[in-house]
Amino acid sequence: MDWNLIFTRAIEAGIGTEAVIYALAAIGLNIHFGYTGLLNFGQAGFLAVGAYGLATMIATFGMPFWVGIATGLLGAVVFALLLGIPTLRLRADYLAIVTIAAAEIVRLVVRSVALRDTFGGTDGLEAFSDDFYAMNPYSPGEYGIGPIGFDHRTMWVLTVGWVLVALACVLVYLVMNSPWGRVLKAIREDEDAVRSLGKNVFAYKMQALVFGGVVGALGGFLFALSRAATQPDLFSTEITFFAYTVLILGGAARVLGPVVGAAIFWLLLILVKTGMEEAVNNHVITFINVNQVGSINYMLVGVGLILLLIYRPQGIFGDKREIALDAR
Amino acid sequence: MRRAVIAFTAFLGGLVILLTSSATAWAEGEGLRGTLQSQGQPVQGVKITVVTEADAPIGEAKSDAEGKWEIPVPKAATYKVTLDQATLPAGVALKFKDRTSLTLQVFEGSKRNVLFPLVPAGAAQGGADQGGAASSADESTFWDEFAQLAFEGLNLGLVIALGAMGISLIFGTTGLTNFAHGELLTVGAFIAYVFNTTFGLHLLLAAPLAVIVAGIFGYGQERFFWGPLRRRKSGLIAMMIISIGVAIFLRYLLLFLFGGENVPYRQYVAQDGFQIGPISTTPKSLVAMGIEILVLILVGSALLFTRLGKATRAVSDNPALAASSGINVDRIVRIVWTMGAAVAGLAGVLLGTTQILNYQMGQQVLLLMFAGVTLGGLGTAFGALVGSLVVGVFVQVSTLWIPPELKTVGALAVLIIVLLLRPQGILGRRERIG
Repeated sequence: MDWNLIFTRAIEAGIGTEAVIYALAAIGLNIHFGYTGLLNFGQAGFLAVGAYGLATMIATFGMPFWVGIATGLLGAVVFALLLGIPTLRLRADYLAIVTIAAAEIVRLVVRSVALRDTFGGTDGLEAFSDDFYAMNPYSPGEYGIGPIGFDHRTMWVLTVGWVLVALACVLVYLVMNSPWGRVLKAIREDEDAVRSLGKNVFAYKMQALVFGGVVGALGGFLFALSRAATQPDLFSTEITFFAYTVLILGGAARVLGPVVGAAIFWLLLILVKTGMEEAVNNHVITFINVNQVGSINYMLVGVGLILLLIYRPQGIFGDKREIALDAR
Repeated sequence: MRRAVIAFTAFLGGLVILLTSSATAWAEGEGLRGTLQSQGQPVQGVKITVVTEADAPIGEAKSDAEGKWEIPVPKAATYKVTLDQATLPAGVALKFKDRTSLTLQVFEGSKRNVLFPLVPAGAAQGGADQGGAASSADESTFWDEFAQLAFEGLNLGLVIALGAMGISLIFGTTGLTNFAHGELLTVGAFIAYVFNTTFGLHLLLAAPLAVIVAGIFGYGQERFFWGPLRRRKSGLIAMMIISIGVAIFLRYLLLFLFGGENVPYRQYVAQDGFQIGPISTTPKSLVAMGIEILVLILVGSALLFTRLGKATRAVSDNPALAASSGINVDRIVRIVWTMGAAVAGLAGVLLGTTQILNYQMGQQVLLLMFAGVTLGGLGTAFGALVGSLVVGVFVQVSTLWIPPELKTVGALAVLIIVLLLRPQGILGRRERIG
């Protein structure tokens, strides 16, 4: 058993690209679910819209990089509006079903054969990240402390990613301590009370949906850019559910909850995965093979999500009173 | 609580041991593979050849009785795959006649699936001999196609209805939107698979056994998991997210045990189709539909005419009022869970027999079940039935106008539009849902 390798990989995952992407996705969900009480099960759709907005503009239509970014952000806003109009007046469980359906619509459309020329079908799109990496200030090579390190491309993705995470956190902090943010939390607690105070609840919910969706789209950009490719099946509903796990692990309705949650989630996931793989390769565990490690890992995610919600629904940082949500 | 958790864990453990006995071997190394099917039926004895980009031969294979073929390749690279049209059986043709060979990239450590779409001869596109069809012939083929698709849609709708009724009744009696209901279908299908392949029982025997075990599984879930959670006063949203955890756990448990491949039951894999008017079908589809209709009628009349059914509907309408009029709500909820899971298990077995059997099958129909339930009105059993049939037929018939891979999109879009116009669904009562 190479413990060095196991811990190196785990720490790299805890600060690596996946952690950044899921942190952004979960910050978006935190605005929806944690602060406003919107049960958005379609966060994967926002990531997909961001990633495909960027990739399609550059790879298919040959537009410049920033046009792609603008398209992705605009796409997320439009998607939020389209999603919000029919659903925000509905009860939480309907909202969940509709948002999950909408995210699947996005995935099925971009993977369809009919639109292959635009979105690349199941193979997805490539060749849209050159401009992004051309801006890379790191010269080629490995960067790191001790055994933990990344190459120059990953360093660039991580720098941009963590800066975005920090900005998003500051923004969420400021916004949620403003009068606007207090209205959102009030909507979460009692929608009717807020309505009776003369606030336009629908408009506030819509603004929250757009805000969280745009943050999710940032995660989508990084997802696409870090792989220098984007495929439709990366954006399955599981992204949303893992983002929920991340959010609840860190603590919903807390500014840093999603960030800490993402780091710990990926650290644990890769720690267990690499640990099991090493154990199998070194014949410490003999009753499974290396391909089955992945499914055990995801089984543990499922069990973890269940146990968290039963025994510690507020996560690491959260306040139990703040997420005593119920379907209304 | 603790005792309950231990007992349920033990039950799950038993299930795992039962299922592990047939864990499949995982494929290693690169390769190309595919399954040749025409109208859901495997096509046997078709020759497939693989060459490298430089036309150096790699290997060839013939599709077996299940229509499967597989050719290992030495390394990750680009290969040309060719289907020998001369070896296709009579009455079967390639959908796109000009695409007999495909150039595909094989990635490291993975087997790439190759798809050659096959259709009954005459329906092929891109053939040279298709000019000059009379307009009357066009019209009749349109209606023939419509009838065929509507029939397939009914088939799909009935399976969805079996699952949707369970979702709807569980929602009605407990308020839980169960995102793990799709996995109840998958679990049922795979329990039958274990009885069928590991213990060698005929499917006709394995299926009812699987339905019983699925029912016990449903009872166990309610008795030792959801029931205690409700007594702890877990919020409904928390339970909804917990159900997602359950779904993820069960799905990957099945992946762990059975692998990611499509697997067949031992019986009723290939059947000769026959024609009824414009509709071509197989005996097994008809039998499956018969069973589905029978079960739906049974459940429906039980709900309408028996004391238990009336009690169920009373709990579904208003649990507190039902409890105060002397109905044992917990008992009703347990029965609903048991029956819901048993019926979902049956739906899984039938889906596995007629269409597809893999660890994702339940997840793939979950959204359609939700669409059916929402369309009919959440919490109403008959609404779920009507809604599911509409969704099933709509999904299939819409392929007349939209590409088949987008058919689910149509159904989901309709779901959203229905919520805009009539949020309580077709049969739902108008009440506050906003």
